Amino acid sequence: MTAAARAERLVNLVLCLLSSRQYLPAERIRRTVPGYADAPSDEAFFRMFERDKAELRELGVPLETGRIPGFEAGDGYRIARRDYELPDIDLEPDEAAAVALAARLWDSPQLSGAANGALLKLRAAGVEVDTEPSVLVQPRVRATEPALTPLISAVQAGQVVTFSHRRHPAEQPAERILEPWGVVSWRGRWYVVGHDRDRDAVRCFRVSRIVEPVRAVGASGAVQRPLGVDLLKIVAGSAEPPAAAHTARLWLAHGRAYGLRRRATVLDTMTVQDVSGDVVAVELPGHDVAARWIAGLGPDAVVLEPTELATAVRARLLAAAGSAG
Amino acid sequence: MEGVAHRFPRLLALVPYLLVRPGVLIEEVAADFSVTVPQLRRDLELLWMCGLPGYGPGDLIDLSFEGDTVTVTFDAGMRRPLRLSGAEATALVVALRALAETPGVLDAGSVRRALAKIEAAAGQADGVVVGLATREEAALAAVRDALDHRRALHLRYYTPARDTVSERTVDPMRLLLVEGRSYLEAWCRWAQDVRLFRLDRIEHVTTLDEPAVPPPQARPTDVSGGLFRAQPDQQVAVLTLAPDARWVAEYYPVDELIEGEGGAATVRMRYAETEWMVRLVLGLGADVVVRTPPELAEAVAQRARAALRRSDHLARSEAG
Repeated sequence: MTAAARAERLVNLVLCLLSSRQYLPAERIRRTVPGYADAPSDEAFFRMFERDKAELRELGVPLETGRIPGFEAGDGYRIARRDYELPDIDLEPDEAAAVALAARLWDSPQLSGAANGALLKLRAAGVEVDTEPSVLVQPRVRATEPALTPLISAVQAGQVVTFSHRRHPAEQPAERILEPWGVVSWRGRWYVVGHDRDRDAVRCFRVSRIVEPVRAVGASGAVQRPLGVDLLKIVAGSAEPPAAAHTARLWLAHGRAYGLRRRATVLDTMTVQDVSGDVVAVELPGHDVAARWIAGLGPDAVVLEPTELATAVRARLLAAAGSAG
Repeated sequence: MEGVAHRFPRLLALVPYLLVRPGVLIEEVAADFSVTVPQLRRDLELLWMCGLPGYGPGDLIDLSFEGDTVTVTFDAGMRRPLRLSGAEATALVVALRALAETPGVLDAGSVRRALAKIEAAAGQADGVVVGLATREEAALAAVRDALDHRRALHLRYYTPARDTVSERTVDPMRLLLVEGRSYLEAWCRWAQDVRLFRLDRIEHVTTLDEPAVPPPQARPTDVSGGLFRAQPDQQVAVLTLAPDARWVAEYYPVDELIEGEGGAATVRMRYAETEWMVRLVLGLGADVVVRTPPELAEAVAQRARAALRRSDHLARSEAG
């Protein structure tokens, strides 16, 4: 059977079920809808019909199953028009422009595919949505982490999930059991937020650090998101703890180290080994990060104080000088 | 041959689409549905064979073609498109909410009204939230203003790959909000090419008293798949990262990651500027080993030795 024949049969099936107020038994559908008559046996027909029903449900067609009064041979099927049809929607041009921009937000095959599917239906409802709007501002959100799709499904089904997750790239992954309240994109990264059952506390997990497949466990609807919880706030509060800043005094070669100069105040000039430079004061984050930045600059930056920072930079340089023998 | 999963939703949407647009150009329909004209004609021919039980002449979907246009004359009861699926509603509602909560992207009123209408028709989508807000960027107001009034800009811009600051005149094209950061997409008159300028790296911006006129060859950057693109002329380094340096593999795009002993990882990384890679490796100290290329390892060691000599020299001269 060709794909075209199957598409035709599915369209006829939808039209047939939409047009009926009563539940139609499978046998009647088999006799009525073109295409099913080709099934050589009962078994072949039921296999075909099961696949078709699954296809319809997959696409969100509200296929209803119900008992037919006085009918012994089982359930019947119908599609209620009010559940099938997109309600009336009328967008002003500026609103349609917002919808078009929203649909272009996603940089992800699943989500942009879904957004385009929605646009198609809106167009079919008579809304004019420009496919290539010329915009001055274009936001884009990547959503390519493999764990994202099962997490969104679990959140929307209200199911508990288990997965294993590295808290830090340097750590071994640990098993987690989470009642997921939502997934959040914050500053270009995705997090799943919820109630961690083992720790009995609210936790955020970076989705890209989930290493094992996400498994939904238990019943749908088991997870209740507390009322009034602000997912974005939880993530924003936990994602980036403010770095403890301290001031350092450095020597920077002239015309070099612009990354540090951007945050520095020049105090004086000084020539070292015939290289002219500036003595600067600069606000730096914790010693580890600061030492990495400064060591990276090699002879273009030297720490004058504090001593701990100078020592940390020196340790990195010694390691780097030694590694090549 | 295209699968049923793609074609069937389109077939369901086509009749209602045509019903509200009698006499529409077939070409226009094909463009709206992102298919070729021959494919669209095949779709219409297929629909013509579908209809209501009975399947007689009065029961089948009927279309009339006139010139290059098409009109539905009998819809067989397929008057409205199917409701949005859960995934479709989520994709659209979450995106609209993100736009509504980000000032300065679009008129907030339009977005909120659109959101309310879509939610009324498609339902809510809870549990997925996108925060588009970027860090505070001093250059934002000037850049927005230049875009709105189509003015050229003069920038003082920090380039981390070279750790330098340069001055350039640009013709603004778009503002891109990507991965939590804002970028000005503009024609750079100095580079004679389209460039993305990260707003938090603009040191100073001056609005010029001349119009922004990006030349016709200035095409918008394709940012799908991220901002970092593998370039054919880039160099490749293989690095072994200790656990404390594994963040590098998350922060920068890597081609390949092989797990090693005790939480270490060996990665293949592309880079355009040797100087940049030397800075990265040098800064990581004992947490990284350069496997290849040998010139990179040598350059790192040389810079390290020069840095140690300079700091010793300075310590001596300060003491003396």
